[in-house]
Amino acid sequence: MLPILAARKPQIHEKGAEPFAMACEKQSLAGSVSQRACVFCGSRVVLYPIADAVHLVHGPIGCAAYTWDIRGALSSGPELHRMSFCTDFDEKDVIYGGEKKLYRALVELIERYRPKAAFVYSTCIVGIIGDDVAAVCRRVQAERGIPVLPIHSEGFKGTKKDGYRAACDGLATLVGSGLTEGIGPHSINILGDFNLAGETWMIRDYYRRIGVEVVATITGDGRVDDIRRAHGAKLNVVQCSGSMIHLANSMQESYGIPFLRVSYFGIEDMAKSLYDVAEHFGDETILSRGRELVRDEVAAIMPELREIRRSLEGRRAAIYTGGAFKAFSLVRSLRTLGMKTVLVGSQTGNREDYELLRELCDEGTILVDDTNPLELSRFIQEKGVDLFIGGVKERATAYKLGIGFCDHNHERKEALAGFQGMLNFAREVYRTVMSPVWRFVPRKSEAARP
Amino acid sequence: MIAPLSTVPPRACTATRNACKLCAPLGACLAFRGVAGAVPFLHGSQGCATYIRRYMISHFKEPLDIASSNFGEATAIFGGMDNLRLGLANVVRQYAPKLIGIATTCLAETIGDDVAGSLRQIRAEAGDSLPALVHASTPSYAGTHAEGFQAAVRALVDALAQARPEHEAVNLLPGPVSPADLRYLKVVFRDFGLEPIMLPDYSDTLDAPVWKEYQRIPQGGTAVESIRRMGGAKATVEFACTGDRSRSAGALLDERFGVPRHEFPLPVGVRQTDALFEVLHQISGRPIPPVHAAERGRLIDSYIDAHKYVFGRRAIVYGEQDLIVGLASLLAEIGMVPALCASGARTGRLEQQVRAVAPDIGGEATVLEGVDFAEIEERAVHERAALVIGNSKGYGLARRLRVPLVRVGFPVHDRIDGPRLLHVGYRGAQQLFDRVANALIETAQDTSEVGYSYM
Repeated sequence: MLPILAARKPQIHEKGAEPFAMACEKQSLAGSVSQRACVFCGSRVVLYPIADAVHLVHGPIGCAAYTWDIRGALSSGPELHRMSFCTDFDEKDVIYGGEKKLYRALVELIERYRPKAAFVYSTCIVGIIGDDVAAVCRRVQAERGIPVLPIHSEGFKGTKKDGYRAACDGLATLVGSGLTEGIGPHSINILGDFNLAGETWMIRDYYRRIGVEVVATITGDGRVDDIRRAHGAKLNVVQCSGSMIHLANSMQESYGIPFLRVSYFGIEDMAKSLYDVAEHFGDETILSRGRELVRDEVAAIMPELREIRRSLEGRRAAIYTGGAFKAFSLVRSLRTLGMKTVLVGSQTGNREDYELLRELCDEGTILVDDTNPLELSRFIQEKGVDLFIGGVKERATAYKLGIGFCDHNHERKEALAGFQGMLNFAREVYRTVMSPVWRFVPRKSEAARP
Repeated sequence: MIAPLSTVPPRACTATRNACKLCAPLGACLAFRGVAGAVPFLHGSQGCATYIRRYMISHFKEPLDIASSNFGEATAIFGGMDNLRLGLANVVRQYAPKLIGIATTCLAETIGDDVAGSLRQIRAEAGDSLPALVHASTPSYAGTHAEGFQAAVRALVDALAQARPEHEAVNLLPGPVSPADLRYLKVVFRDFGLEPIMLPDYSDTLDAPVWKEYQRIPQGGTAVESIRRMGGAKATVEFACTGDRSRSAGALLDERFGVPRHEFPLPVGVRQTDALFEVLHQISGRPIPPVHAAERGRLIDSYIDAHKYVFGRRAIVYGEQDLIVGLASLLAEIGMVPALCASGARTGRLEQQVRAVAPDIGGEATVLEGVDFAEIEERAVHERAALVIGNSKGYGLARRLRVPLVRVGFPVHDRIDGPRLLHVGYRGAQQLFDRVANALIETAQDTSEVGYSYM
């Protein structure tokens, strides 16, 4: 049996065992192979899809190299976000400081690529050598006339969540600097969808069809000018609460814009995110169009979903996500497919998230916060799961144990949001769970072998 | 839709745009993964370990645990000693490793953490309860993943190799090649009747069958005891030509234990492999084993069968410098032109080494160090290249040039066979040659309006 460190036990809970007091939002234990990344990662994933900005990583090459064009965040126009820019420190920069190099790099990149804004990400050692990144950004902004925003994302200064916050701080300085003329009363910003495989486009289209105007998509298929006028919208609709709630809060404070928390994964949550917006505006037309849209879309996917459910009924799944909010939707989506969630966890969930998860799950389900490969392997073996939902790092672990896998992370190229996304999700789960290759896996094939 | 080629004229750019290199700690983690019972451990921020894991897992498609001391703000101010101690203790408790390979990130290096001193103290406190602790200094602002790999291999030898009575084993330092290459190299040595001590050996740890039960540390790798024995080996065979010769593990084995060192460029293609086999013949006293002689024969036969498809065609080659040199050698010997050889690393030796293995190419080849993919592309558009050879990160380049990409090296993130690609020896040359020739034939076929099924 794989051992669990004593210090990790408060971050693991089995539903049914009392009392429930999930420890979370902690710095990861030293020596633990956390699945989490760092502050920089949090900032980078949030801002990455803004397609007409220069994203310049200030520091040595690693952070830039590992985040070059890795996400399926699509753009309908410019694709500057797919370039990886880095000041690429050498020893001299560490000794003498990187400010001059940063200045030169910024000026040249702005000259060459004509971006609408530039984001400068501070990585670990920038915080140590004491570069005044903010001052360089102010200077370039004044000289070049575009927003140049320092993102304080030194990796060691907190967790990924602090990186979300740093990114939102940057976005908050952009919001409010554009003109809001012509924005109607039934207008929203879509926050926290990153347009993986075109998901923002689908969601945007649903809202358009029910008569809701979308001002800015932050940050999926994002544009600087849209973000600058986002304060003209009458409502913020926030998905992936972990990454964007800070911006929603700040826009509520500064501009009095209320927000709703939604999820676009699964039939129930997708429908609710349309109805909630309609109800917020108190508009019967929008609501009835919403009902009509949901009816049509669900009718289009149901026959195949039912077919798939027949095969998947009773199968067991494990879920490990970045933020906890997505996990709620996944538990529900799996239920739509007749599957049971026996293990669920996240890298960055908070106390409230885990309370909700616990309520949602069946008795005996294991909840984990900031887990590691050893714990995950132990639980997925113990619970005999047929499917693991996670990111690339978990995929290798699942496959090695002969368990099906569905990628629900930023690298994926399959749209899983919206109604069509639910069908795609069901098809993907079906393809992995029902594949005949599992019969060759040792723990199954040895029983079958003569 | 394929984006048009950049029309912006080339000019100096301070920022690195789409790096053609990775950071040093990644190379160290790869090397440490090739030691039996070892856990790689990054001293620094958590993100480094997670990013590197994700990057490597996407290539090897294997679980790959890299522990981290998970620096927080206080650690960065007061030093990493406490996190290192706690982190190592937790790794020991969870993984029961035989060795922990500690590589320093740029953060630990910049705050000036005295890792060697801390490890001495931690060892003194813990007595015998700790596994072997090996430390490689790998700041990412000084060198790339290739240097990180070499630093870790040297650190392993430095920490573990002992003076032993001379024995029959031969040290093999293969460099960062694929698991398939490693497996094949062991076969070659054994076919010559030689016992290789290959360091590192991730042929099993990073290319394993499905497990029945989860393995905390995958089976396989160079045994710690084998590394100890390296001091008594009768020779060292080391593949490296662009690295700092005096800083290699082979140099250390020579200086400290007097193990004779045979240093080669990576044996890619017939001529470089011939040189390797000649030395193996000398060390073993045996002739080239018939099975390998036959492979060489078939390889040359295929060179002849396909020579007209490849002759005079120009290729763009990029990536790790040692691999570039090997590929340039192979291309030159089949009459292709390695028109642009480009690497993100700066060793100052790439051009000289490329010209040494491919003396005939003369002014036809441009060799660039310290360049990124944006600069490579700015040059490449003028090269009339028929082919691009390198890792997956040049896919965009090949796509915009509208020529095929033959994937080699690391990382291969957009195909499933990265760990199974062979590069070295006659067998590796055969694979590479077939893939290169087929890519050119396929282009000719696809771009012909006729649609021949007979090429």
